[in-house]
Order: sequence, then C-alpha cells, then structure tokens
Amino acid sequence: HYKQRKFKALQERQRQQMARGLPKQKPITGVKQVIVVASGKGGVGKSTTAVNLALGLTAVNPSKSVGVLDADVHGPSIPKLMNLKGNPELTDNNLMIPLTNYGIPCMSMGFLVDDAAPIVWRGLMVMSAIEKLLRQVNWGSLDYLVVDMPPGTGDVQLSISQNIPVAGAVIVSTPQDIALLDARRGAEMFKKVNVPVLGLVQNMSVFQCPNCHHQTHIFGSDGARRLAETLGVHFLGDIPLHLNIREMSDRGQPVVVSSPDSPEAEAYKKVAAAVVRRLEEVST
Amino acid sequence: NDNLAQVQHVVLVLSGKGGVGKSTITTELALALRHAGKKVGILDIDLCGPSIPRMLSVGRPDVHQCDLGWVPVYTDAEKSLALMSIGFLLDDPDDAVVWRGPKKTALIGQFVSDVAWGELDVLLVDTPPGTSDEHLAVLENLKKHKVDGAILVTTPQAVSTGDVRREITFCKKTGLRILGIVENMSGFACPHCSECTNIFSKGGGEDLAKLTGSVFLGSVPLDPLLSASIEEGKDFIQSFPHSPTFSAITSISHTLLNSLQAA
Repeated sequence: HYKQRKFKALQERQRQQMARGLPKQKPITGVKQVIVVASGKGGVGKSTTAVNLALGLTAVNPSKSVGVLDADVHGPSIPKLMNLKGNPELTDNNLMIPLTNYGIPCMSMGFLVDDAAPIVWRGLMVMSAIEKLLRQVNWGSLDYLVVDMPPGTGDVQLSISQNIPVAGAVIVSTPQDIALLDARRGAEMFKKVNVPVLGLVQNMSVFQCPNCHHQTHIFGSDGARRLAETLGVHFLGDIPLHLNIREMSDRGQPVVVSSPDSPEAEAYKKVAAAVVRRLEEVST
Repeated sequence: NDNLAQVQHVVLVLSGKGGVGKSTITTELALALRHAGKKVGILDIDLCGPSIPRMLSVGRPDVHQCDLGWVPVYTDAEKSLALMSIGFLLDDPDDAVVWRGPKKTALIGQFVSDVAWGELDVLLVDTPPGTSDEHLAVLENLKKHKVDGAILVTTPQAVSTGDVRREITFCKKTGLRILGIVENMSGFACPHCSECTNIFSKGGGEDLAKLTGSVFLGSVPLDPLLSASIEEGKDFIQSFPHSPTFSAITSISHTLLNSLQAA
C-alpha cells in the first residue's frame, strides 16, 4: 500500500512537471472562435477554401464578423486570393492592423515580406512568427477567425493547437488516395492535440467540360466522402473543379463575392452552413 | 565511407508550392530515366507526407541494415530503381509524423549519409513544399557532395508561380543551380470532346522561366490517366506510351539528362 501511494505521488509530480512544460492555451483577445482549415497535403485548396469559407460565413449570417489568418509562412497565398497588398500599419500600442477586403480583415506573412523573397526559416523562427501573427494583430472583435494552415503536420500545426484554443478543424482533401492519406494523418494529428474535427471537405470533386458537359473525375471519385465515413468524421460538402474558381482566385476575387449565385459559390456557402452547425454541436 | 561516392548525379525536385506534382514528376522522371537504361534512386525527404512508396506500389517492405548503412528498397529484381522514404521506417506508413524541426533535420542527415545507394546514374530527391528545416538539412548534408542542381515544378496559376518565384530566389541565394522549370497540370483535354480547358491556367511556368532567366523544361498536361496510374502505383511510361503526357515527360527527361551530362 505504501509503495502504491508513493508511486502514485511520483506519477502526479511527473504529470505536474510535464504540464508546466507545455505552453498554456490563451485565447486571442477579441476572437470568439478559431476555425483552422488544414489538410496535411499541399495544393488541395486550403487557402481557396479558407477564403471562400470566411466569405461564406458572412453570407450565411451577415451579422457575424470574420477574419482570416494566413499561417502559411513559407507560401502565403492569402494576399493574392484576397487582392491585398502592402505593409500593415501599427496601432499606438504596436499591434499590426489587419488589411481588409470584402469586409474580411486579414493578416499574412505575405504582407511583411517582398514578393520574390523566400522565407527560409527553421521551425523555431516559424513558431515565433506565428506567435506574432496570432497575438500582435489588432483583430478587434471577431466571431470567427479562419486560420489557413500550411501543408504538413509539424511545427505550425503543433504551435497553433498548443497556444490557442481552437474551436474546430476543417480538413480539405481532393478525392485522390494520395491526398486522403495525408488528410487522414492531418485528422489523426488533431485528435492527438484534442482539436475537434468539424469535418472533411472534398475539393476538386469533379470537372464538367464547358463545351460538352461531360463530367470527368480528374482526381478520382468520392474518396473524401469514404474517408470521412472510415474516420467517423462529418462530411461537410463537395466543391467542384471549376475554371471560374481558379480564374477568380488569380484575380483576387473569391467566387463567393464575385459570382455569388453560381453553383461553386453555393457549394462554399453550404460548407459554411455545415461548419456553423458543427461548431454548435461540438461546443455542447 | 561515402555512400554517395558512386552516385553520378544528384537532382533536387523543388517547388515551394504544395500539390503541384513534385512527387508525381519525380516518379515519372525516375521511370523515364530507367526506361532510358539508367540506374536511378529516389530519396523522399517529405517526412510529413511521403508519397513516393505509394506511387511506386512498393507496399510495406522491411528496411535492412548492412555494413554501410540502410539498404534502399528496390522496386524490381534488377535493382534499377532504388528508394528511401520515411514511409518504410514507420510501423504503419499511414501514421502521422508530427515532428518539430530538429528531429526532422536529424533524420534527413541520416538519409543523406546512411543509405547504401551503391552505383547510381541519377539520385532524385523529392522534397516537401516550403523552404524550411527539410530543405536546409538536405542542402547542408549534401554540401560535401556534388549537387547538380534543382528542377522546379509549378502549376501555371498565380498562387503557384508566386511561391515558386520565392523558391527560385532561394536557389540563387544558396548557389543551387536551377536545371529548369516544369509546368505541370498545364491544360486539360476533355476525354469526350477533346476541348482543352485551362483549369489551372496555362503558360505561367513558361512566363516564370522567362522572367527569372531560367530554362523551361516543358509542360505536362493535366491527365486523369496519369493521376489514376499514380494512384495505383503503376508504371505510366509502360502503360501509356502514345499519350501526349508520355511525350512531355520523355522530352523533359532527355533535356535533363543532356544538361546533367554536359556540365
């Protein structure tokens, strides 16, 4: 009995020591809920989805205020997609003022560096930059902050989940197995750090030829839907592969605002509505 | 002991942007070079998303040690294509690898020096997106050896070329020779009516090459047959020798070989 008590006391001391080692989660001032948009795999459309999700959230409920944080330090796409350029100004207490377009305040490493400059940083420096992008920005009062994550399952993902409370993660994948494998790794990582997975979005689901309307599943068919079932996560919706999405993205005019009645915009709005429902579910 | 001593040429496949087809192009180039009679190796340093084992359908082989280090995994009995990837070292290759920088750097150091490649004509190094720990680690560790240069892969659209432009600056700053730019997913021909739609735009890679004074290696179209082939781990070069994608890849591999042998 004595040995058991001693062992339990030792375990408790070790647990307390380890808990001290991990950073404490502190919410970002003024931000009610943080939604991360992640994938594991690169190039599946995280940034495009993050931007159109943010706009979709305001379209679905115009009274909500939404911001976008571009956490992809090496390949920041948000400035291009939101047609924003320039160095952020500072408030009197040295907080960076986000750049705003379409009613969405945004912050990105892309605003802080030259267009052609590579950001060749190891993990430690990246973490420090992420900390600044999270805490040294004058976000004001936001209902949702959509965070566009970089690909992978490393420093950035760990830092963000350890430093701020995340209301939920949206995982984006294309239907291909090679993307799904990474999506599964991404979902697993969020489970490890106790971030609720709101669901999976299947991007680039199908392409319809503008000439003959023949449908081609260029990147495979329904894989993300099946993965969602396998992993026991929700399926938030399909986004088709449409020329308009890429053309508008390249122009910095997200489809949700530039073609609000198009099927592509509707697809994003549906995902936004599903995200709102899921946030309510996981918070209860 | 130098495990890279008998490797004639080392080529990095970079992008900066994720999802443009680095692993696909690495795999296809390796297969094309093999068909041209070369002995090829692929080092997959994408620790978080290792795609190469899947694309070459090598399954879940054990990795053996020999006196010189790790024995690479061969895709065939003739040992014409050798691979090393973190996928082979994990209990379950689909497990998430959630590592911070220093741990990644350490493993990449081992991958560069401790794989017993033996004699190879070309070693292709498939990288993850970005310009971070993995890229710095591989360049640091390859410093003692000759690195012939890097191939940069991009899709034509602006968000991709923007990132690849940064990568080009990275190469110039680190003294890494740019062997050329490949424009992937360049146009899609409807299999039904042959109408070409530039889903991911077109020409962006070629324009980037002109803008930065780099060699343009060629365009590879968006081809569902290629995606399916990669998905199933099949040899596209063998299965579809008459497709425009095959000609594009073969032409790029010839240009690459010529520039490696000329230098």
